[in-house]
Amino acid sequence: MGGPLPLADPAPRDGALPVSVANGADERAFGVYVHVPFCTVRCGYCDFNTYTATELRGASRADYASTAVAEMELAARVLEGAGLPERPATTVFFGGGTPTLLPAGDLVRMLEGVRSRFGIAEGAEITTEANPDSVDAEYLGRLAAAGFTRVSFGMQSAVPRVLATLDRTHDPERIPVVVAAAREAGLQVSLDLIYGTPGESIDDWRTSLETAITQRPDHVSAYALIVEQGTRLARRIRSGQLEAPSDDLQADMYELADEMLGRSGYSWYEVSNWAASPGFRSRHNLSYWRGSDWWGIGPGAHSHVGGVRWWNVKHPAAYAALIAEDASPAHGRETLDGSTRLVERVLLETRIADGLAIDALATEGRTAVAGLIADGLVNGEAALRGRIVLSLRGRLLADAVVRRLVA
Amino acid sequence: MSPRATTALQPASTPPASIRNFCIIAHIDHGKSTLADRMLQITGVVADRDMRAQYLDRMDIERERGITIKSQAVRMPWSRNGETFALNMIDTPGHVDFTYEVSRSLAACEGAILLVDAAQGIEAQTLANLYLALENDLEIIPVLNKIDLPAADPDKYAAELAGLIGGRPEDVLRVSGKTGMGVEELLDRVVERIPSPTGDADAPARAMIFDSVYDTYRGVVTYVRMIDGSLSPRERIQMMSTRAVHELLEIGVSSPEPLPTKGLGVGEVGYLITGVKDVRQSKVGDTVTTAMKPAAEALPGYTDPKPMVFSGLYPIDGADYPDLREALDKLKLSDAALNYEPETSVALGFGFRCGFLGLLHLEIITERLEREFGLDLIATAPSVTYEVTTEDKKTVTVTNPSEFPGGKIQAVSEPVVKVGVLAPKDYVGTIMELCQSRRGTLLGMEYLGEDRVELRYTMPLGEIVFDFFDHLKSRTQGYASLDYEPAGEQEADLVKVDILLQGEQVDAFSAIVHRDKAYAYGVLMTERLKNLIPRQQFEVPIQAAIGARIIARESIRAMRKDVLAKCYGGDITRKRKLLEKQKEGKKRMKMVGKVEVPQEAFIAALSGDTETKKDKK
Repeated sequence: MGGPLPLADPAPRDGALPVSVANGADERAFGVYVHVPFCTVRCGYCDFNTYTATELRGASRADYASTAVAEMELAARVLEGAGLPERPATTVFFGGGTPTLLPAGDLVRMLEGVRSRFGIAEGAEITTEANPDSVDAEYLGRLAAAGFTRVSFGMQSAVPRVLATLDRTHDPERIPVVVAAAREAGLQVSLDLIYGTPGESIDDWRTSLETAITQRPDHVSAYALIVEQGTRLARRIRSGQLEAPSDDLQADMYELADEMLGRSGYSWYEVSNWAASPGFRSRHNLSYWRGSDWWGIGPGAHSHVGGVRWWNVKHPAAYAALIAEDASPAHGRETLDGSTRLVERVLLETRIADGLAIDALATEGRTAVAGLIADGLVNGEAALRGRIVLSLRGRLLADAVVRRLVA
Repeated sequence: MSPRATTALQPASTPPASIRNFCIIAHIDHGKSTLADRMLQITGVVADRDMRAQYLDRMDIERERGITIKSQAVRMPWSRNGETFALNMIDTPGHVDFTYEVSRSLAACEGAILLVDAAQGIEAQTLANLYLALENDLEIIPVLNKIDLPAADPDKYAAELAGLIGGRPEDVLRVSGKTGMGVEELLDRVVERIPSPTGDADAPARAMIFDSVYDTYRGVVTYVRMIDGSLSPRERIQMMSTRAVHELLEIGVSSPEPLPTKGLGVGEVGYLITGVKDVRQSKVGDTVTTAMKPAAEALPGYTDPKPMVFSGLYPIDGADYPDLREALDKLKLSDAALNYEPETSVALGFGFRCGFLGLLHLEIITERLEREFGLDLIATAPSVTYEVTTEDKKTVTVTNPSEFPGGKIQAVSEPVVKVGVLAPKDYVGTIMELCQSRRGTLLGMEYLGEDRVELRYTMPLGEIVFDFFDHLKSRTQGYASLDYEPAGEQEADLVKVDILLQGEQVDAFSAIVHRDKAYAYGVLMTERLKNLIPRQQFEVPIQAAIGARIIARESIRAMRKDVLAKCYGGDITRKRKLLEKQKEGKKRMKMVGKVEVPQEAFIAALSGDTETKKDKK
């Protein structure tokens, strides 16, 4: 959830949705994202909507769970008002920020909020992101007991020098400890890695991958570092203190990741995500790429319901003030028309291993397919079966592929 | 000091003995226009309250750049020892590109004020124009300007000027155009020193055209100097080069606003209006006579303006092509030296191949097109005229590399110029190095005063038009000045170098260069393009070739990564908007084969923005 908020239409004060969002809702899964906008320190590369204690300007961490639950109440009301059927959440995802900076009880209280306002489906996937140095066995145990099924650790790298460049404060030795604790608690484990940090060599990256694989996580995410404008990292690169990561090296690192993870039994299912088996894919994240409905709770959180996207005000204080007035915290929204929905579908479904149905493409896009196969960007066999599935090279050039498909 | 003349002499009946015709020879920035303005004010032809800075330079560009493009003439009354005189000041263009126009302006005068900045000394172009003036037997009045400046060193430069033209340093007048100091004395000196015109009042009329200006309301205004006989209103006049006859609608003098008169007599300077709409019908250097009693012989010195430098001008937005055509058609009315014809380029689309007198002329035209007509333009690298003889003895005139014949070439001849470079002596080494690297041959070197040197070379014009002046300026911290004049043609081992992008020739980058430099040009352009063209999904070879032979090669490696790592719920809208922006951007790409090239890359490659920009002021 990086960068400035998009320009769009204003959102109505009561958050009301048009009745059109109910069309076909029965076939769409419903998920809840809960944003926790707190960190102890702001990492140099991060432009997410998160705040350290000194940046909070009066918004209180202690009250956060109650405020979030209040938005859930508003959400339930709005969904009902638009004529949507009652749909228990099939996925819940706590992200940040650092959700685990809050006491376990707060996370549990918010999850209970989801359960009481929307319901939680049988076998739902319930994930929280966690910082390796902000959780322990007891904490993880309490989450598991309350119904959490999955934890995603922000490991980033196993190399202290790389972690230091990223301003990550955790000790790499914590990883095996917290992974074991999560296993003990019965939680699925995912590890998040970042590659292409300034100064990181291909060998550093190999070390991080090996270390991660040794933990036998169920799921691995590996993200190329994006230098976002306005971050301290961007300033350090501009001033020449650090060298910008090169695309070529990042491409080498991606290929290495895919090779090492593949050799260890992990398959890619989205450009930056690998799972030990299909059952360990993140169902919540897949719902983003498949155009499902979700409600994003919290400051700066984005939501999507039936072709309407909106996003909340960014600052926790402004957010809390709106919730206190029983007003919608939405800052802007856009209602997608048919062609925009198609563009989004192409750009999202092209990223996943299940791919995109060629039938969904407009004529111009269909005529581009043969060229994409010839250029080695799209898997030819899958295309013969009617789906666009990226090759390894195609995954690295996914945006270019999408441009050709929507041209 | 003389007072202003109380009554001015009447045009058409001024005795030649009371006329003084002069011009001012000066370098850009040495204050010619300011001095001329002060003369207008002191002689009273422009009321003080109407005075605007640089009255004579009417075009915005002229005023901003402090240079005069088109000359005009002003008649000013002046009294000296109780006798009244008519002083005709003929404004001359100061730049080497307009040598021919300068020579015609000089031919209209009996004397010249040599105006030199007292802080800078004489510059190469001024020296060139001084030579022209001396060739025309003009009386020279040396003057140092800007003596009010703290940096002025009048003693030093007075000695320099005296050394150049003969005479004593104390004869060099010292003035300030800005404050008016010494200007009255200068006007007196003009009366004393410059000879009055001579001519046969009873002979058939002969007037020399020294300037021709297009005016939106009045059509072409022709500036003439009467040599023999006289012209009167309502007379039918004849242009001796074309034999074309026109009705004389108005005749008069500039003072400096146009003032119709009863005619012009021997030695007088004034303007003619005939109602023609194109300056090509009233050519600088041509002789005007009357249709009733035509002169037998034209005045000497007339030549057609011949373009020396060629460049393709293209609108950055292809939709502006009709506007560019219209703008060129308009400029042509007032600029007899400008010519152009349509041209198309793979890289740049539709445009015009234009011929110019020189580099400044090119620059001025481009700037006027951009400023006065609001066009965004890209100009291809300037080229000169080559005569190419093929093995089957056919001769082809080539002003554009694309016209260079394929197959076996027997000979190529190129225009040569004589170059004068003036600079402080410390830079002699670096200038020689530069001139030699441009195939220059040293003709001579002379000291002007103690620390300044004039270097004279012959050099191919093609070597100068590229970026010689920029290099000269940057290697001498801006101190060197340059002048050149045509000096015939020579045979040389010249070849056409093509630039190929994935095997497709990019016409805008083809160049005719000396064989010894073909490799350097090839390396320069391939490297430049490599840095400017974004990576594609496939490897793109960039080659430089002479015919089928590849002389340099670079390649743009295939792009390996073009994917946003994270695309979760909050990223989708941003990502889609980025995609829409990229789709828009793609529409502005030029396709060379399969390669997408942003227009900006072509522009930057042509302008050399990648490496030379930082050197320029």
